[in-house]
Amino acid sequence: MLASFLQFVFSGITVGSIYALCGLGFSIIFNASHVINFAQGEFIMIGGMATVSLVALGVPLPVAILLAILATMLVGFALEKFAVEPARKASVTTLIIITIGASIFLRGIAQELWDKNFHKLPPFSGDQPFLIAGASLMPQSLWVIGVTVVVIVGLGWFFNRTLEGKAMLATSFNTLAAQLVGVNTKKVLLMSFGLSAMLGAIGGIVITPITFTNYETGIMLGLKGFSAAVLGGLGNGMGAVVGGLIVGIAEAMAAGYFSSAYKDAVAFIIILFVLFFMPSGLFGKSGTERV
Amino acid sequence: MFRNERMIGLAVLAVIIAILPQFLPNNYYYDVAIQAGFNAIVCVGLNLLIGYAGQISLGHAGFFGLGAYASAILCTRYGWPPILALLAGALVVGVLAFVLARPILKLKGHYLAMATLGIGIIISIVLNTEAQITGGPDGISAGPFSIGGYTIKTEQTWYWVVGGTLLVAIWLANNLVDSPVGRALRAVNGSEVGAEVVGVDTARYKVLVFVVSAVFASVAGSLFAHYLPQITPAKADFFKSIEFVTMVVFGGMASTFGSLVGAVFLSALPQVLTVFEDYEAMILGAIMMGTMIFMPRGLVPTLGSLLVRRRG
Repeated sequence: MLASFLQFVFSGITVGSIYALCGLGFSIIFNASHVINFAQGEFIMIGGMATVSLVALGVPLPVAILLAILATMLVGFALEKFAVEPARKASVTTLIIITIGASIFLRGIAQELWDKNFHKLPPFSGDQPFLIAGASLMPQSLWVIGVTVVVIVGLGWFFNRTLEGKAMLATSFNTLAAQLVGVNTKKVLLMSFGLSAMLGAIGGIVITPITFTNYETGIMLGLKGFSAAVLGGLGNGMGAVVGGLIVGIAEAMAAGYFSSAYKDAVAFIIILFVLFFMPSGLFGKSGTERV
Repeated sequence: MFRNERMIGLAVLAVIIAILPQFLPNNYYYDVAIQAGFNAIVCVGLNLLIGYAGQISLGHAGFFGLGAYASAILCTRYGWPPILALLAGALVVGVLAFVLARPILKLKGHYLAMATLGIGIIISIVLNTEAQITGGPDGISAGPFSIGGYTIKTEQTWYWVVGGTLLVAIWLANNLVDSPVGRALRAVNGSEVGAEVVGVDTARYKVLVFVVSAVFASVAGSLFAHYLPQITPAKADFFKSIEFVTMVVFGGMASTFGSLVGAVFLSALPQVLTVFEDYEAMILGAIMMGTMIFMPRGLVPTLGSLLVRRRG
């Protein structure tokens, strides 16, 4: 009883961490530009797939991971430079279509560059599970959770202690005011895409030994990351993390106790219920429209 | 003033639909035209919501799918006459849209996008999972469409049915746009608070147009289910919703003609792209990005203003 409950909690937190990283990616780009980047899930896919190929080529794992993260960040920069930047003044709907077009485009490339099969990475440190109160915890889950914590702490430091981070925060509060005090908001926009791509790639790499990856894995992960970000209140970093964990744990519980077929629906049912009663998410600012 | 222009536009379209078959050499071309027609019916409804009322929906394929499955399930499993199944589907979708509309349309921008996306995905997961009723991922057949002993058999007949339905849909949409409701909707699109201040019951009009657009999608879905040998959950998934929205925005928002152009263009595009086989997805993505970057207002308004500039 307790053992299975604990088991669901473990797997919920593991996958929830990935939703949290993805949700953070959505939030960072949203803060810098008010764009919802529907290609966020593709960053996750590219990170995982690139690492798999590099390892297959004989590159040592740590180097492969670094190169994969760099490659994904380059894709992020390119996306901002060639697709989002030229359409800065377009409407919300138009920008949504642009980023969805980008995600279809990236999937098309991935399908050509790699293939349609599932690929896996070996676990980073063996597959000997720890037994805790009858539930087993895989070492890779600890990697996922640990890396996520490190990334979140690192982001906190970046946004509060470095000039670049503060510039990004300032831009998210008020773009014009930030420009007036000398922040290069164009650079901030570019950085936000690079940072989000990095988060996506990291998430994609650490989860690949558990869930495997193929050219389409980014679709559902991205949509659930988006619901995590909306659940916590768009643009709220801590909200995205909490939202990700809620979605992950609820999903694992639903799959364990109810029906695994409806696992993928859980995130969207939660988000609908929350939005019906709290139209700006759990921790979102309730905005008023200016006339 | 607009009213007459719209009636002329409708007449021109009727003529185009009437003479187009002269240029359709075989059933393959008929099929493309029919699919474009089905998409156009959905887009004309969706354009009322996105273009005129300024509310996005990333879940309209859900309503399209519900209409299709209502027809398929009622006709094959319960032996209903197709027209009754179509009406029942439209009624169910209309009521569902009405119930969902109030809480959903309170949301703004990205939150509205998220909620409609969620509804669409939940519907497509249910259609995929409840296999005893829906046939699961393999889908279900709705059988041929028959009314009063007459059965639609050929592509040619389907062409006229879809063409006629499209004209009726546009006529209804035009009437709505020209009515006080249309003015209220445009006010909502301009500024919701502003509209409320001058006494427009914005919530009521947004709900109305949401229900109308959902019912358009449902009716198109019902007919579509009879046209296809088999309806599958893929016709109700997230990407189908995106396809509909892209058609509306591609052609040009707040322009019924634009929606038509978008629907026809993007229905024909995949047929052309099959030449590129494996590169199909890549090229489709690139076209979506490219047109939206260089023509953010859509094809028809952009070309229109180019023409005006030339002349001036």
